[in-house]
Amino acid sequence: MSDTHAQTVAFVRHTQLPPAPPPARETGIVKWMRENLFSGVVNSALTIISLILVVWTVVSVFPWFANGIWDTTSLRECRDALEGATGACFSVLTERWNQLLFGFKYPPEEYWRPTLAFVLLLVAAVPALFAQFVPRKFLVLTFLYPFVAYWLIWGGTLIAMVFAAIGVIVAYFVFLRAERSLGFVLGLVTGLVAAIVTWTIGGMIAGAMSGVLALPEVPSRDMGGFMLNMILGTVCVSLSVPLGIVLALGRQSDMPIIKGICVVFIEFVRGVPLITLLFVANVVLAYFFPPGTNIDLILRVIIMITMFSAAYIAEVIRGGLAALPKGQYEAADSLGLDYAQSMRLIILPQALKISIPGIVNVAVGLFKDTTLVSVISMFDLVGMIRGPILSSTAWTGIYWEVFLFAIVLFFVVCYGISQYSQWLERQLATDRR
Amino acid sequence: MATITDPPSSGFRLSQLINDTRYRSYTFQFIALILLILGIGYLVSNLFANLAANGLDISWAFLGEPAGYDINQQPIPYDSQMSHGRASVVGAINTLIVAFLACLTATVLGVIAGVLRLSNNWIVSKLMSVYVEAFRNVPVLIWILIIFLAMSNVLPQPRAFRGDDATSSMFLDSIAFTNRGVYIPSLVNGDGSAIFWLVVLASIVGVFFYRRYARKVLYDTGRMLPTGWPTLAILFVPGILAYLVLGGPVTLEYPELKGFNFREGLHLRLSLIALWFALSIYTGAFIAENVRAGIQAISKGQTEAAASLGMRPGRIMNLVILPQALRVIIPPLISQYLNITKNSSLAIAVGYMDITGTLGGITLNQTGRAIEAILLLMLFYLIISLSISAIMNIYNNSVKLKER
Repeated sequence: MSDTHAQTVAFVRHTQLPPAPPPARETGIVKWMRENLFSGVVNSALTIISLILVVWTVVSVFPWFANGIWDTTSLRECRDALEGATGACFSVLTERWNQLLFGFKYPPEEYWRPTLAFVLLLVAAVPALFAQFVPRKFLVLTFLYPFVAYWLIWGGTLIAMVFAAIGVIVAYFVFLRAERSLGFVLGLVTGLVAAIVTWTIGGMIAGAMSGVLALPEVPSRDMGGFMLNMILGTVCVSLSVPLGIVLALGRQSDMPIIKGICVVFIEFVRGVPLITLLFVANVVLAYFFPPGTNIDLILRVIIMITMFSAAYIAEVIRGGLAALPKGQYEAADSLGLDYAQSMRLIILPQALKISIPGIVNVAVGLFKDTTLVSVISMFDLVGMIRGPILSSTAWTGIYWEVFLFAIVLFFVVCYGISQYSQWLERQLATDRR
Repeated sequence: MATITDPPSSGFRLSQLINDTRYRSYTFQFIALILLILGIGYLVSNLFANLAANGLDISWAFLGEPAGYDINQQPIPYDSQMSHGRASVVGAINTLIVAFLACLTATVLGVIAGVLRLSNNWIVSKLMSVYVEAFRNVPVLIWILIIFLAMSNVLPQPRAFRGDDATSSMFLDSIAFTNRGVYIPSLVNGDGSAIFWLVVLASIVGVFFYRRYARKVLYDTGRMLPTGWPTLAILFVPGILAYLVLGGPVTLEYPELKGFNFREGLHLRLSLIALWFALSIYTGAFIAENVRAGIQAISKGQTEAAASLGMRPGRIMNLVILPQALRVIIPPLISQYLNITKNSSLAIAVGYMDITGTLGGITLNQTGRAIEAILLLMLFYLIISLSISAIMNIYNNSVKLKER
């Protein structure tokens, strides 16, 4: 018989205790801290070291910021005003912010033009970047933007830009008509011929009407500052994406000569640093143009940076094309589509969607690399800092404040672009489900 | 009756060159080749016309002419009477030095930051995120300039080390951090030092062979040989014995403050230190992202399966996670090494004489031989890039998952 019977326990409950709240160590922020920050010896040590680091940084940096002087005219006056305390001399920014943004030769009364061009860039980018939410007809704004921006920033007559846009539209419609009867390649050639004819006629007419709707012209060598970085970045990235697609398709084609040309180009351009290509743009490229022509430095730099970026984008798109299952190519063949149609309708839309994060990575890297033009004495943001500002007598010796300004500008743009790319990835991934 | 007729055999028509896919590729390649030859011919003819118009020519003789300029950081002996070719070689060695050093420290920093970013500790992972995002989104040229200027303003001058009330003192009485650079003790090779270095090299090789032998024994017999203490013993004991037996063949030469500067010892200039530091922490941020992506690419089931077998976390990381993660981490890691080598060309921004500074900078400006100098410069970087890519391809092929 078992030993347990009712008399061995002194007391038996009849009702249940109400549930008590958990102990203080197991709820809320204390629990979170115990698990996350102090879960072991090593973890606790790391937490304490990190806290010390953060507190020490904040305590050293905050007085420097808080004591910032914004209204003197030279570094020495800042030091006198501070009387030995640590403090930043932000007056270099108050005095020179326009030079840092626009360069030191851009005429100040025309500052509204690049600013307007920048605002219009944001407006025109929205239909392209957020294409799922914006009706398709707003893409007309994106198409018109390059012409308007060129007119705003460089000046000249609007008629020339109107004819440039008309040339592109004419080329597109001629291509559509010609492709139906002549095929893709001959249609493309016909479209190009039509564009060149329209541009030649337009150039002559615009030359005759050079005063109509004209803004004062600003030569390219007067551009500088952060505006120059943005111009180089946007122009080179947008021009290099089509070129990169062509190179990627050529690299994986079956024709050995085309493949060889593309492989040699891509491997050569990827193997050399951008600075050597900028040296080529600066001193060597002029030798390759016909004698007597004088191509602007900024145009030569744009050519080399576009070639550089096209090689990297070609590699990214090659990765995207390789990620596509072979069944897609075979399905396109089974539908009777020829090369151009299958690329345009089936392969490239999927490959480009896969390669978007990589392309955005290359774009961000390229935007940061536009600062290298300061080494060939173009006065972009870094060139302005090292040149006119750090070597002027009023501001020599100041470096943290101006570089902090440069860091903030670049960080905002690059971080924004990479966050957009992550958002876009999440959007596209949900589509595929 | 149905008669079987042969398909109509048509002759070759010219439009087949475009429409028939069998011949179309030949047509396109032929046209592409013609266009390429015409294009290159046009560019080269322009080149020669421009050169003739300016009275220049293409010649490589400038490499033998005396350079006439000094190089501050000299790994091999060089003076201003030596040739431009020798100056370029000095520059190339400088490039390789800073690239190698930066690759080492960037890997260490990147691996630590990447692993810490995945830790459960909220503060540590947020701090590492701040580091990675801050350094990835700002151009490397700006970091190089800031670090160089900060170091030259914050570090003391050599004369601050002098006197009884010196404001700065040498670290461990042997390393001096000044705003002209870092002075470290240099190694002086006495008699018998060659034997000593050979013994050191042999002990490093011996460690590899011992570990391979231990793994072979494990796979063949299941017996685990110890690898911790024997590795340390093989690494250090022969070297120490050789040092004592040979009577101390290698001595240290300490930097001493004489006059206005430190003499003796090895002088690592501030430009090298700043460039090394900047490249390391900039690329370390990218490597941290690659490491994080590699470790996150391994599915959690691997960790759980290993834990269910009773393995401790250290062994799980070493034997299960890392070998798979390395397959994903190492190709982007090698392209980051390539980026370091190419970014080292920014040395001219801080005055460090790498090959872009000597061959592409002073030599180009003095002799005016732009085309030849830039061609040689590109050739140098191209050789390094193609070698590193070849190494990556060899590694990829050796660890590739061999499927049917």
